[in-house]
Amino acid sequence: MTKINTSYNRRSFLKSMAVTGGGMVLGFSWLSGCRPEETKVATGPALPDNWYDVNAYLKIGENGTVTIMTPNPEFGQNIKTSMPMIVAEELDVEWEQVISEQAPHNAEKFGFQFTGGSRGISSRWEGLRMAGATARQMLREAAAQTWSVPVAEVTTAAGMLYHEASERSAGYGEMAELAATLPVPEEVDLKDIKDFSIIGHSKKNVDAKKIVTGQPLFALDHYEEGMHVAMIVHPPAFGQRYVSIKNLDEVKSMTGIHDVFPIKTYKDGFAKGGFDTNAFPELVAIVGKTTWEVMQAKRAIEVEWEPFADYTETVMGFRGDTSTRKVPAGLESTAAHQTAMEEAAARPGEVVREDGDPKGAFARASRVIERTYSAPFLAHNCMEPINCFAKVENGKVWIAGPLQAPGLIEGTIAARMDLTPEDIDIEMTRMGGGFGRRAYSHYMLEAALIAQQAGVPVKLMYTREDDMTNGIYRPTYQATYRAALGENNELLAFHVKAGGIPESPLFANRFPAGAIDNYLAEEWSLDSNITIGAFRAPRSNFMAGAEQSFLDELAEAMGKDPIDFRLELLQRAENDPVGENNDYDAARYAGVLELVRDKAGWRQPAPGVHRGVSAYFCHNSYAAHVLDLTVENDRPVVQKVTCAIDCGIVVNPDAAVNMAEGGIVDGIGNAFFGELTFTDGVPDKRNFDQYRMIRMEEAPKAIDVHFVESDVNPTGLGEPPFPPIFGAVANALYKATGERKYRQPFLGSGNLPG
Amino acid sequence: MASYTLSVNGKTHQVDVDPNTPILWVLRDHLRLVGTKYGCGIAQCGACTIHVDGVAMRSCSLPVSQAADRAITTIEGLSEQGTHPVQEAWREHDVPQCGYCQAGQIMSAAALLKDIPNPSDEDIDAMMSGNICRCGTYTRIKAAIKTAAAKS
Ligand code: FES
Ligand code: FES
Repeated sequence: MTKINTSYNRRSFLKSMAVTGGGMVLGFSWLSGCRPEETKVATGPALPDNWYDVNAYLKIGENGTVTIMTPNPEFGQNIKTSMPMIVAEELDVEWEQVISEQAPHNAEKFGFQFTGGSRGISSRWEGLRMAGATARQMLREAAAQTWSVPVAEVTTAAGMLYHEASERSAGYGEMAELAATLPVPEEVDLKDIKDFSIIGHSKKNVDAKKIVTGQPLFALDHYEEGMHVAMIVHPPAFGQRYVSIKNLDEVKSMTGIHDVFPIKTYKDGFAKGGFDTNAFPELVAIVGKTTWEVMQAKRAIEVEWEPFADYTETVMGFRGDTSTRKVPAGLESTAAHQTAMEEAAARPGEVVREDGDPKGAFARASRVIERTYSAPFLAHNCMEPINCFAKVENGKVWIAGPLQAPGLIEGTIAARMDLTPEDIDIEMTRMGGGFGRRAYSHYMLEAALIAQQAGVPVKLMYTREDDMTNGIYRPTYQATYRAALGENNELLAFHVKAGGIPESPLFANRFPAGAIDNYLAEEWSLDSNITIGAFRAPRSNFMAGAEQSFLDELAEAMGKDPIDFRLELLQRAENDPVGENNDYDAARYAGVLELVRDKAGWRQPAPGVHRGVSAYFCHNSYAAHVLDLTVENDRPVVQKVTCAIDCGIVVNPDAAVNMAEGGIVDGIGNAFFGELTFTDGVPDKRNFDQYRMIRMEEAPKAIDVHFVESDVNPTGLGEPPFPPIFGAVANALYKATGERKYRQPFLGSGNLPG
Repeated sequence: MASYTLSVNGKTHQVDVDPNTPILWVLRDHLRLVGTKYGCGIAQCGACTIHVDGVAMRSCSLPVSQAADRAITTIEGLSEQGTHPVQEAWREHDVPQCGYCQAGQIMSAAALLKDIPNPSDEDIDAMMSGNICRCGTYTRIKAAIKTAAAKS
């Protein structure tokens, strides 16, 4: 057992909350009245008459049923199953006794409730274990007091307390009422990893039954008395802003329409937070009785827009520091972007890292290999379009919607509506996908403003077209790689120069930095009024594909096997690293390459199969893929992806495999087809008839995922398998066609190039 | 506005709506059957798939006027207890990630198995390529369809 001091966040996380009277705890979710109760889940544990709050994360019923809170919002990564698994493990209960609930937004109890950056499990690992272990300790204490025996002699197993010497036993439920009144222990025992019986053992998605039977789980599914439907109309082009509604009276008089008005999301001079990104802070809102009626009004409305002039906005950093950001005027087009990027790439960049003497090494090279890779803007296209329910009453705002970080929008809403954060109640609903998009939750503020002005509760819904053309895209990027080879084909120097609109994707301290004596990393960026945001593994999702393509080209030029070549570099980085700031562990990096090599049978591809390998480090985890591709009727068919991941301890293995499969499919889809282009500020794609998404027939026929066995604390998983798949696709396509693709998407219209 | 009699999951409903209203919004806004999802509104994503007289259709593109007096089945009515072989196979394979597309996927899969009890990979690709899963659960969907086929 590991002793652990509970003083870590003790006051906020583990405050013992004795319940008075019968101890009945009311439902946490204010929308829950409109939803099927957990009680109706036919297969769930029996519900008790009373609940006893042991700490913020869990309550125990007198019958031994345990409810465990999942502090972070769920967007399909299955934390609503895996987080309670961690608590249940340390609490020492049977998984079948557990009910999982989404916690309310409460920063005091649950800290920063953020889903993103693949940080869910890693950031909660210790706290969740402690929540379970602390409760277990308090239950033991309660049993010791009840039985008048030393607490050290009270043991637990599967939700039961035992005192062997006196042959006494009791269920957790019997001791819960007393336990909930006891002080939180100063120190608790954590289980040995080898004793885990829940963590590391696959558990099914706790909401699967509701999902497959179509029960309401999403904010869009919420209906209540008096609720209206709201939609927005935003400028058709980036670089434009609202002027006026031309046919206001006509639209207002349409059937079912309650009100039509412009809203302004931010006050003038508002210092935006880093996640208050919003290209269209002035919008038109249409409020009506039903979705179809509002859609008709949206079709009929005529709005005047105008181009805006250059402006600067104030942006607040996480530490309260402010900076300014220039938003240029203009209606931007992809063709002009590409020219501007080529020009920017030709100018000297900002040097971020320089090891050795790259200039000298390039000067004495026998051969220099130079390649440029690029990728377009991407839209997130979550299947559940942007939406949010809002009700404003008596100076209080209630919001329920899909969002990745309630803490990032609460202050913004408070500032705009002259309220305090205490006046704002945010319920985190299950998200129909997030991928980074829902960390930017301007739509919650929009919903609240619309509800306030319309004087009715509203459910704001973006149409698919609104969702796709609203901004917060993955930026467009470009990277030029150069390698200097010596007389004997040895690698003398490596140079990467990367940039984008409007940000650079560079990670200067990642592999192969640290593996090459002479190394130079430079970056550049260009301003734009097209808004961007995090998109599954931001920046990595481009750099991995570019870098791993280049390493393949380099290996070929040097006459080496692509995996051997990477392993040689990693060996160097491990034995004799260049520089100090290399942010990866070369041995773990090599570990996933070796595992994928062995599992895929790298040296014996099946006849007719073209293989590409790729590996990457991000979010503190390591992922490597071998992608097998055949060509059928001139189209590439992904036969199989073999994947190796090192993300430390895996909490829920089958769900983790599902997540990795999703990242792989998502990556193949975006590598093949993902692209958003612009003409005069207008996104060229508005819906799925134009924006090509990967579909069943293009998905790999098989995906084989392997995790490195590890007792290292968990690291990221939602993002890490995604970036390297772009490189694996590029490298396999090259093998299949003999032609290297430098610009994503690789297939464009969906046919094999050449 | 016009009045329509709808038969949904074996129950009869009377609604008074614009004849062009897609049945999707009648189900959701009027009948509060919210299992059927909106994803694109233009018959491109399959999130809104329902059965009309036993055939899979995109409810976002089917006006209520054409759905009246036909037998409509939604995800809520696919089985009484959520025990349709497709639903059970979905749970066995733990298919869903975010879950938003899954009602539509299940309705497409159930219709496929009704027509072709033992579908080949090509049959599955052909039927299921109308349903987008942004989370990328396609390999599990395919495996679950095969399990359901084997069991039904
Ligand atoms: S909503 Fe009907 S197919 Fe997309
Ligand atoms: S499970 Fe998320 S879209 Fe399919």
